[in-house]
Amino acid sequence: MNISTQQALCDYVLHLADTNLVLAQRICEWCGHGPILEQDIALSNIGLDLLGQTRSLYQYAAELDGTGKSEDDLAFLRGERAFKNLLLAEQANGDFGYTVIRQFLYESYQILLLEALKDNAPAPLAAIANKSLIEAQYHYKWSAEWVIRLGDGTEESHTRIQQSLNDIWTFTGELFSASPYESHLASQEIIPNIHALKQAWLSKVCAVLHEATLSIPDENIWMQEGGKTGVHSEQLGYMLAEMQYLQRQYPGQTW
Amino acid sequence: MVSKETDIWALLENVPDPEVPVLSVVDLGVIRKVSISSLANAEMIVRIDITPTYSGCPAMDMISMNIRMALLAAGYQHIDIVQQLSPAWTTDWMSEAGKQKLKAYGIAPPLAQHNNDALFGSSESIQCPQCNSYHTELISQFGSTSCKALYRCLDCKEPFDYFKCHR
Repeated sequence: MNISTQQALCDYVLHLADTNLVLAQRICEWCGHGPILEQDIALSNIGLDLLGQTRSLYQYAAELDGTGKSEDDLAFLRGERAFKNLLLAEQANGDFGYTVIRQFLYESYQILLLEALKDNAPAPLAAIANKSLIEAQYHYKWSAEWVIRLGDGTEESHTRIQQSLNDIWTFTGELFSASPYESHLASQEIIPNIHALKQAWLSKVCAVLHEATLSIPDENIWMQEGGKTGVHSEQLGYMLAEMQYLQRQYPGQTW
Repeated sequence: MVSKETDIWALLENVPDPEVPVLSVVDLGVIRKVSISSLANAEMIVRIDITPTYSGCPAMDMISMNIRMALLAAGYQHIDIVQQLSPAWTTDWMSEAGKQKLKAYGIAPPLAQHNNDALFGSSESIQCPQCNSYHTELISQFGSTSCKALYRCLDCKEPFDYFKCHR
């Protein structure tokens, strides 16, 4: 593997790790605030799984990076412009319905991505994908069921989750829009072509939205992009400031 | 000190899982391989390959530490614990003895298969570990630890944990 390919792979693994970390942090903000105890626990469990997957990904990224960084350095000592997470993941929680629909759109995508990566990626990444896939299926099921309950629920829950869906939809274009590092890796057949997953994702998502009696937003509206290359929405900086505070203030602190 | 791999396995049988202490790490299926080799100075090195249950399981670091402590206490000095992600852990690797211990402890053991695709409930029925009734219902797919779901028995009315089938 030449240097530019190694760098592209490192960037790609960081993109996957950052997305999971940022989403895990968002979900865990619900801890103690869930609508009922069981769903509070469910959210924390999902966050914990995502965080575990993140650790494996950062460990692999640190290996590819080769400058002696640790997984903690990657999580806590990089600034906003270095984070490559999807914009979708960093959006503030909103109400429970917003969190649910954000999770559903992500998990529908993550399952397809992991299925593709487990058979078509460098061995360490394929192993992480294979392991994460079993967990993602639980998360998908949880989020899809809640989308249906809320969409096909009361007038209030229907209106609110429809509004959340419309709002968050502009962040879904980025899922299938390849960054330079993804294009580079896909052109060498190191990772699958992300654009090829779009139709499968749309049909997976639309089937559930239909059952939830929700209107499906237009897939051709203007989409927000930039997260994969470090251009973020206002939301991320505030989150990192809180998440990274301790390591920034007390470098190297452990417990 | 002369030792065989079977001696190490026997030691590991007594290292409990920190979250479900009725199971040993061997019962849980997280020990994938035990091997003994010699260093240049003829001292023995024990290598243990472990695999995490769930990616985010916070018990893994403690499991590694407990294994190390148990081996140190038994006089082994050179211990190498290696974490493997592939092949991914599955509840198929849980021992039969482990499943029996779980049930006696009040946790329904994992079934051999499950249907993850169907939304809203699943076709399999989970047996209540208290009264053995199959008349039970799912409360939540997520319970007190990553590996468990929460059920309730509709006959004896007791809530109980189910160790999820993971494969």
